[in-house]
Amino acid sequence: MLSVDFTHQYGTKRISAQFQLAQGVCAIYGPSGAGKSTILNAVGGFLRPASGRITMNDRVFLDTQRGIFLPPHKRNLGVVFQDYRLFPHLTVAQNLDYAGKGLNRDIIDMLGLGSLLNRAPHSLSGGEQARVALGRALLCKPNALLLDEPLAALDAGRRAEILPYLEALRDHSPIPILYISHAMDEVARLADQILVLRDGQMVADGRSANLLRDPAMAPYFGVREMGALVIATVTECHPDGLMSLNWGAGPVILPQNGCKTGDRLRLRILAHNIILAKTPLTGLSAQNILPAVVRKIDQGQGPGALITLHCGGTDLLARVTTRAVDQLGLTVGSDCCAIIKATTAARGDVGKIA
Amino acid sequence: MVWITPSEWAVITLSLHVAFWAALLNLPLALAAAWVLVRRDFWGKALLSAILHLPLVLPPVVTGFGLLLIFGKTALLGQLIEGAGLPLAFHPNGAILAAMVMGFPLTLRAVRLGLEAVDPNLETAAASLGDAPWRVFARITLPLMRPSLLAGAVLGFAKSLGEFGATITFVAAIPGLTMTLPSAIYTQLQIPGGEDQVIRLVCLSIAMSFAAIITADWLSARVLRKTGVR
Repeated sequence: MLSVDFTHQYGTKRISAQFQLAQGVCAIYGPSGAGKSTILNAVGGFLRPASGRITMNDRVFLDTQRGIFLPPHKRNLGVVFQDYRLFPHLTVAQNLDYAGKGLNRDIIDMLGLGSLLNRAPHSLSGGEQARVALGRALLCKPNALLLDEPLAALDAGRRAEILPYLEALRDHSPIPILYISHAMDEVARLADQILVLRDGQMVADGRSANLLRDPAMAPYFGVREMGALVIATVTECHPDGLMSLNWGAGPVILPQNGCKTGDRLRLRILAHNIILAKTPLTGLSAQNILPAVVRKIDQGQGPGALITLHCGGTDLLARVTTRAVDQLGLTVGSDCCAIIKATTAARGDVGKIA
Repeated sequence: MVWITPSEWAVITLSLHVAFWAALLNLPLALAAAWVLVRRDFWGKALLSAILHLPLVLPPVVTGFGLLLIFGKTALLGQLIEGAGLPLAFHPNGAILAAMVMGFPLTLRAVRLGLEAVDPNLETAAASLGDAPWRVFARITLPLMRPSLLAGAVLGFAKSLGEFGATITFVAAIPGLTMTLPSAIYTQLQIPGGEDQVIRLVCLSIAMSFAAIITADWLSARVLRKTGVR
């Protein structure tokens, strides 16, 4: 259990955070300059906050009232920095075993590092460097992982390549992971918990599935990032490249994207990808027409509204225009149909759960 | 005539002895000074930096005279050190000291640039992996400074090989004891009809400098490769 409660002052800027993290991935989300890295630096011991208390299990990292500050080398945390910080004068193997706790075969294999061991860091691609940095942090047998925008320096292709490793880590490793990011697609893929930061202050702290479909979060995440996170199981793979999923009631059809029958998936269904209809339409190309009940209507500042739907045992979020809400006569309790085009599910919005 | 005479050998070996020890002994001192100047903030830092660099701009004869004043036979400090079994004035040790003082600013500049080039973020990363500060220094900072340490040593060595003014002022030019190559050339020039000998010494000097430069280039290429820069 990582327990954080501190305040720090940078000139006129005040940064404070209070949260607890037992296990799983906690994302710290916010725009640049919101104070995300300050939190990581305070937990890592690279910064000595003006006041507060930070503990990890029964170890006190910081207690300004008692004058305790544990230096970074005694905190036993695995840190992956945004710029990876591989040691240029050492080989990959020497980097990985820098802490001297041995090259654990499972971790080497999980991150696909076996063929890189004798290479020099400057000869690695960005994605390879990210994997080595992750491996190095894991091989020091840390009590928690701190990841500072580990994918920010990579292009979309490399990011897609690393994300499955991070998912595997989330699902297999018993230690808490603090994940700093300003990219909502990564946060939605990985995080169990999200801390939302604005101007040095925490504005929200909750389960990611709850926050991502909470209309009150739209100003922080942006309406185009809002949507439901649902857990679904692949029930059948079809020869035409589509698959059937079940998330409680009724099958949903989406592109396979390399999934297999029996896989458990974490799907992000973006609000603006859902079309609402009053009656079950026929003659549509859309593959998924799901019966739903309107639970909540939130009028936005602009022409749009966020509609919370109850659908197949889970909540979805749809974004339509207020004009459409009026035309369809939608009110809380209305029956309607949620239409999801199969092709709107981007490969990056579908993550596997191990 | 081609063969090197015993007295020439004495001059060469003394010059190499002085240059080697001056360069080697200056390294840890320059490293410590560079650390203080780069990583610490304190009142009087600019003044300290100026004092350390003074021998670079002062006329060497002034530096040599200063050494005489502080470490000479009649100076208190000089007597104390000689009493402790380390003779300096008119002794090869004194030549090493003079070469060290003259070469220190050059070695310091190279080492300081090297330390400034070490990314403190790498040190932070090493600390996060469990290394106490002294281990970070030994495993990250120092290895990454290898090219600049070598450059500093080479500069100090080269400066010492050519040092003349401060050396001859402080320890004179006693054959077999304090007569280095430059002071031998100077002494020969004072002797009428010594031009043949001067030419021989000058050729030796050029040969030694060539060898030193080639060795330094070869070493630095090796070190750069090892440090992962190339």
